[in-house]
Amino acid sequence: MGKFLLRRMLWLIPVILVVSTITFILMHAAPGGPWDRDLSARQVDPATQNMLNEYYGLDKPLWRQFMAYLIGDVTSEGKFDCGLICGDLGPSYRQRGLTIQQILFRPPEEKNILYSRFGYSMRLGVYSLLFAIIIGIPAGVISALKQNTMIDYFSLFIVTLGISVPNFVMAIFLIIIFASTLHMVNIVPRSWDEVSVWVLPAVILGFGTMARTARLTRASMLETMRQDFIRTARSKGLSERVVIVRHMIKNSLIPVVTILGPALAGLVTGSFIIETMFGFPGMGRAYVTAIGQRDYSMIMGTTLIYAVLVALANVSVDVVYVFLDPRIRLD
Amino acid sequence: MTTQVSHPTSGQTQAHIADLTNMSVKPRSLWMDAWSRLIKNKASVVGMIVIVIFTLLALFASVIAPHNPLKINAGQGFLPPAWLELGPNGKASNPSFLFGTDTLGRDVLSRTLYGARVSMTVGFLPTAIVIIIGTIVGLFAGYRGGRIDNLLMRLTDVFYAFPDLLFFIIVMVTLRQTYIGQLLNGLFLLFSALAVVGWVGFARIVRGQTLSLKEKEFIEAARCMGATDSRIMFRHILPNALSPVIILTAMSIPGYIITEAILGYLGLGLIPSTNPNDFFITSWGASMLEGQTAINAQPWLLLAPAIAVSLVVLAFTFLGDGLRDALDPRLQGTQ
Repeated sequence: MGKFLLRRMLWLIPVILVVSTITFILMHAAPGGPWDRDLSARQVDPATQNMLNEYYGLDKPLWRQFMAYLIGDVTSEGKFDCGLICGDLGPSYRQRGLTIQQILFRPPEEKNILYSRFGYSMRLGVYSLLFAIIIGIPAGVISALKQNTMIDYFSLFIVTLGISVPNFVMAIFLIIIFASTLHMVNIVPRSWDEVSVWVLPAVILGFGTMARTARLTRASMLETMRQDFIRTARSKGLSERVVIVRHMIKNSLIPVVTILGPALAGLVTGSFIIETMFGFPGMGRAYVTAIGQRDYSMIMGTTLIYAVLVALANVSVDVVYVFLDPRIRLD
Repeated sequence: MTTQVSHPTSGQTQAHIADLTNMSVKPRSLWMDAWSRLIKNKASVVGMIVIVIFTLLALFASVIAPHNPLKINAGQGFLPPAWLELGPNGKASNPSFLFGTDTLGRDVLSRTLYGARVSMTVGFLPTAIVIIIGTIVGLFAGYRGGRIDNLLMRLTDVFYAFPDLLFFIIVMVTLRQTYIGQLLNGLFLLFSALAVVGWVGFARIVRGQTLSLKEKEFIEAARCMGATDSRIMFRHILPNALSPVIILTAMSIPGYIITEAILGYLGLGLIPSTNPNDFFITSWGASMLEGQTAINAQPWLLLAPAIAVSLVVLAFTFLGDGLRDALDPRLQGTQ
């Protein structure tokens, strides 16, 4: 187990390396530097540009810049400036004076990490996941128990909608219904301290995951229901309730539980459009803003964090499986 | 008690066999079987009809569209849809603009029709490229094995770890200003990015099929008869590996359409054109981006492309589900 985990963790290193190489190459393939992007504003004069380039080390050869980003480099004062391996994601080119990790992980004064951009996105992801589980699992169980009835067809219809319609399109429909027409919620709330303002973004973000959870639960239930041990349980005279809860649901939830990690990662990394629509102070909106501003180091840093989250979540599947299903052994 | 046993040599039985031969229907191929299962599936048929309709709308947008999608009607901005007398902004509707107009007074219906061109092209063109590349690579990797195969598997591992959408975003952001980024109003770059990521899935699935098929007796038989490697790959293995490829195709098309819409919505997809001679004028994603500031004043700016993209994506999903059930009946009802 430990060996397996270690191997999977080590596999993260080439992934991060490849992701950062691709991003780095693309960033430098783009015409222009970070200082002359905005055509509407006054251009930075060449002397200042040279100074900025020197300050950020952009005057050095490309391979050296890449090594500086990954491992670190010696600054002009002779100090060693540690790079990615120490968790330093580099300076933002647009929000001068701030590093990427400060922008993403530093909460406002007298608040905890939950109030940083990363914390906000994680919270939104967790709420969406809760919504997906609380609605999705019962829906899947009920539609499997009532297979081929109206309830099943209705739930399948909702599931198909949830899986195929992308969440920002769903968001457009729900915002027009609940915010513009019924005036029940504010699209862009003034403060995110109240619970009620989280409901709409969390439901929209979690809708697709809810549908996927329901579908997986239903499929898994249908498979479990036909197993021999269910017949055994019935034939030894257990009540139907016990058969359903203790034997069917418990066994059919194994595949469902294993997708929760990737689902959370998917929700956190997939929330950027929803965050932008609702003016949410999270990591995703910072990412979209960075795209608009061509803030390359910010785009790269966020992408790396997202890639690591996804990779970690994929490892979690295998680990959770081993704990839940003794029949499965790794290696 | 005696049982009557009919001998194959008896004249009566021979006549019976002759009868049966005359009665027999034309043999049905696997594909005909699948087709007849597919057209019995109502959802798939509806899906196919919707896809055909949208393809025709896309092809003949210039004929069908009631207005020039680029024509600016001064003073007619933000008109409500034709079935409302007064819009939320107090403007009266004009029956010639069915879904109303945008900020500049351009017809929303016409722009939505032209948007179908981008989405339908994104649905078909990159998919075709991806299938060809993925199938050939998968066939070779699975058949030859060895180093190509190893390389392919390592490559797919990395591709699976890289979040697709983030890769598309980075590519579109960084290369948008270059020459390649401007080709076909930015669509060329988008297609290339989709293809770079997309072929991996097909290669993986074809490789898996090839690995199991190449051990089958009929391949051995073909080899004994002196068939060349390429003949075995393309005439014997490929046709037998096609059904998962077809299923994956139908399943990936909605993904491509959604990706294009998301990128368009982020302002990274099609670069909206102002040249009436261009084939691609605007996309649904770009229209939604333009419409989102007017969500209260003229919601149809957002609703028309949103409904269109939902319909197309649902249609492809229904068709994909139907194809899966038709080509692989064992899977029916399990998903």
